[in-house]
Amino acid sequence: MAKLQSTFKNMFLSLSIICLTVAVLLAQVNKMTAKPIADAKAMKLQNAISEVVPAFDNDPVAEAYRMADGQGDSLLVYPARKGDEIVGYALSSYSNNGFSGNIQIMIGFDMNDRIVNYAVLQHAETPGLGSKMTEWFKNPEKPSQSILGRDLSQGTLAVSKDGGEVDAITASTITSRAFLEAVNKAYQAYSESREDGYSGASPKNAAEKSNDEAEEIKKEEQSNE
Amino acid sequence: MELIGIIIVAIFVNNVVFSQFLGICPFLGVSKKVDTAIGMGMAVTFVLTIATIVTFLLQKGILEPFGLEYLQTISFILVIAALVQMVEIVLKKISPALYQALGVFLPLITTNCVILGVAILVIQKDYNLLESVIYAVATAIGYAMALIIFSSIREQMALTKIPKAMEGIPIALITAGIIAMSFMGFSGIDQVFK
Amino acid sequence: MNNNFKVLINGIIKENPTFVLLLGMCPTLATTSSAINGMSMGLATMFVLICSNMVISMLKNVIPDMVRIPAYIVVIATFVTIIEMVMNAYVPALADSLGIFIPLIVVNCIVLGRAEAFASKNGVFASIFDGAGMGLGFTLSLTVLGAVRELMGTGKIFSMNIYPEQYGSLLFVLAPGAFIVLGYLIAIFNKLQHK
Repeated sequence: MAKLQSTFKNMFLSLSIICLTVAVLLAQVNKMTAKPIADAKAMKLQNAISEVVPAFDNDPVAEAYRMADGQGDSLLVYPARKGDEIVGYALSSYSNNGFSGNIQIMIGFDMNDRIVNYAVLQHAETPGLGSKMTEWFKNPEKPSQSILGRDLSQGTLAVSKDGGEVDAITASTITSRAFLEAVNKAYQAYSESREDGYSGASPKNAAEKSNDEAEEIKKEEQSNE
Repeated sequence: MELIGIIIVAIFVNNVVFSQFLGICPFLGVSKKVDTAIGMGMAVTFVLTIATIVTFLLQKGILEPFGLEYLQTISFILVIAALVQMVEIVLKKISPALYQALGVFLPLITTNCVILGVAILVIQKDYNLLESVIYAVATAIGYAMALIIFSSIREQMALTKIPKAMEGIPIALITAGIIAMSFMGFSGIDQVFK
Repeated sequence: MNNNFKVLINGIIKENPTFVLLLGMCPTLATTSSAINGMSMGLATMFVLICSNMVISMLKNVIPDMVRIPAYIVVIATFVTIIEMVMNAYVPALADSLGIFIPLIVVNCIVLGRAEAFASKNGVFASIFDGAGMGLGFTLSLTVLGAVRELMGTGKIFSMNIYPEQYGSLLFVLAPGAFIVLGYLIAIFNKLQHK
């Protein structure tokens, strides 16, 4: 077949047909991958929650609500229940004061103000320095740097340089401070949730949550990824 | 204050070339002479600013309202390619002097990943229009600065004796590595502006 | 077939895109902080290269010369978007670590370069082999670069311990290490070729 000449009609037709085919193809692929992408995101959240709270049998994501963190913003709280009893809260918290900006963590508390575990969801800290926070603060062999099992009702956490009792990551004090800031913020929202919890925030209340709020939380979850 | 933070970070802390690795091909290609480096830097500044505004409006005005985010890559690159062509034609008509200075660099810019990179980054960082423009301009200044520093060093290096296998690109890359190391010293200075 | 094989080898050694043609430097430097990241980036690029080479060689007669570049860009961007969506769906962690460099495959000069220099002049099969050869060459270079950086930075290759981590120099995982290691690798490649 001879090559098409570069007349206006030929150029217009061939480009339009290519673009149209491409648009249809991409729309199809988008449709096919939309569900797996959403599933992968939901999975990541679910895994982070089950990592940081004691074993539960409810769906914390469906019962999530927002709680003030005492600093003008609010955090997402995921209550974990076993049967009817709340066994712990997972909170998605953040700090904007990391060495390279935003840090997002998921942190879990049991019902005695103690930290169960944490997971770093997103960060841009220096690899090999600040990025060590994913393991540093949960090393069971180094109680002076691990925050697991610490009781925050005794006062909030701070690095030893600032007079606290947590050893900062070597050469990454700024990251460590930001990390603990996120933890303390989460504790604030946790204790507010506890107070509310006693006044009867049962699964029913969560289910009665207005649609608007549910929608907003959903959006928030997506933008958190 | 936040805007100053964006500027400092974009120019020094996260310099496009030395820490984000965008636009390396032209960075190595046109940095043999200081004059060409300045020309390229200016052309990038010019196109990057316009392209960021246009792609930002495209994203917020068309792609997001109609749920077409998955067409982002394809529409951005087409818009950028068309834009570069248009800038070339318009410049030729309005300002022949500017066209003389920047003309030769314009065709190279479509495939400069700084442009597409910044267009996508400002969407990912969720900047508003003003922040996007400032980020784009600051990034371009950082790019121009990197080009000029690097080309000044390479002009000197052309006069020195270098082992044969290291001549040209290898020694240039190692030089860039050492400059990148010194740029690491800037990390954290944006803390001052918080 | 013999000829196709030659095209394949050509991309890996004689016209190695990274060490000889010096194309696609941005992803080469940015995504090779570990061997696995480098390899994944190489494979993603290879997928786009093979598909776009194939489609462009099939369409070469129905695309008028004057609009060939925009047409090629559309084809390339399509495959880039597809691989981006697929990676987000099935390997989200990997997609996160490669980040913005997946959409940036569009402006990787290797892809458009091969479309223009090879696929627009040759048959479908030869173009597929050219794409595969170039893709393999790119993947191998990125894997080697990633492996060297990972080894010198953290004492591991593909996350397997080779020597204790504290003897590694973190610099190689960070930005300057990318430039320096690539510079030395190209120099070594030059030396070997001119022997």
